[in-house]
Amino acid sequence: MERDDIIEYSLDAHHGEEEGRRIRRKIWMVTLLLAVVTTVEVALGAYWKEWMPGSWHLVKWTFVVLTIVKATYIVMTFMHLGDERRNIRAIILLPYALFLLYLVFIAIWESNYIHRVWTEFL
Amino acid sequence: MAGEATKALSNDVLWGGGRSPFSISYGKMMMWFFLVSDALTFSGLLVSYGFARHSTTEAWPIGEEVFRALPFLHGSYPLVYVALMTAILIFSSVTMVLSVEAGHRMDKKGVIKWLFLTVIGGAFFVGSQAWEWSHFIHGGGGYITTPDGGKYWVHNDTHDTHDPANAPGFHLVKARPGHYLLPAEGEHAHVEGAQAKALWASRVAYIDGANMTRNEYGPPQYANFFFFITGFHGFHVFSGVVINLIVLLMVIRGVFHRRGHYEMVEKAGLYWHFVDLVWVFVFTFFYLL
Repeated sequence: MERDDIIEYSLDAHHGEEEGRRIRRKIWMVTLLLAVVTTVEVALGAYWKEWMPGSWHLVKWTFVVLTIVKATYIVMTFMHLGDERRNIRAIILLPYALFLLYLVFIAIWESNYIHRVWTEFL
Repeated sequence: MAGEATKALSNDVLWGGGRSPFSISYGKMMMWFFLVSDALTFSGLLVSYGFARHSTTEAWPIGEEVFRALPFLHGSYPLVYVALMTAILIFSSVTMVLSVEAGHRMDKKGVIKWLFLTVIGGAFFVGSQAWEWSHFIHGGGGYITTPDGGKYWVHNDTHDTHDPANAPGFHLVKARPGHYLLPAEGEHAHVEGAQAKALWASRVAYIDGANMTRNEYGPPQYANFFFFITGFHGFHVFSGVVINLIVLLMVIRGVFHRRGHYEMVEKAGLYWHFVDLVWVFVFTFFYLL
């Protein structure tokens, strides 16, 4: 039976040669960026003690920020989420981000207390 | 990207029924929902790792000290092997997105070429992970603990772990207090000859390599998290390689060309990029921090 309740959105997702060249250029730029960021992370991980001794907190937060930069480019460009409608973007990212921020907050908060209990009372 | 999602539509049309207000196909939307739930699983694993590490009162091993070996080479190359694995996975992600782009131009040859390279990259990554697991499980020689609470790393020339005391070049190196993997500094740290054999004979425990109950790198939880997080991720990569291979065979048979669009490549691609995305986080939070 022919279904009439499905719109084949995918049939519309085509582009021509010209558009393709532009997209490929973008893909290679993002690749370059990801490679550079990963190289910086590894070099920093291996040599931060020689380069900037004692600044572990700064190095740690640099790692976190660089990771989020990488993740943003992967999700927005490689997974095309930046090209989708704003409402689907929000439905995917917002609930996840809200829940995860809470989870990270509560885990760090509670683990601090557990650490103190173990050091002081055991 | 040209397509339905970027078309300007009035709100009446968008939310008026008879169409998806997201301008996205059912399959792609379900793949995204699956990825969100899978992302929550991985977040759970990484957050619980952070919890364990943050609350521990023992010393916790550092990635650059644990993972510093390369196949076929001796010496210390901190994090180089993991960085190579990361590079392989990122590049296989790039070939995947190029394959999706070729699909949008209905370029069957391009899809096949890039998807094939993606499968190869994924297979390389799984293989690298197998080597890393093997190296992690076998360890670097292990350590012994003595009745007075001392800890000594075991060394010999042939990397013998069954009977290390009788292997050539057997000696012990005192461990640095407060550190899991670093040796103590100075001349007195090296123990050789009869003294080393006496210490070996008086050992309370000999811990060598890693398993689920104990390991030479740190607290038992450290190895457990290593096995669970990289193992769960490795299983995702393996599944991804299988899925990509099946899609590749379907592309070669012309299934999607007849269908008029290569959305299946795009959906498999979403999953594959997600695997890369997770690795970016595992790399930072397990290996770097």
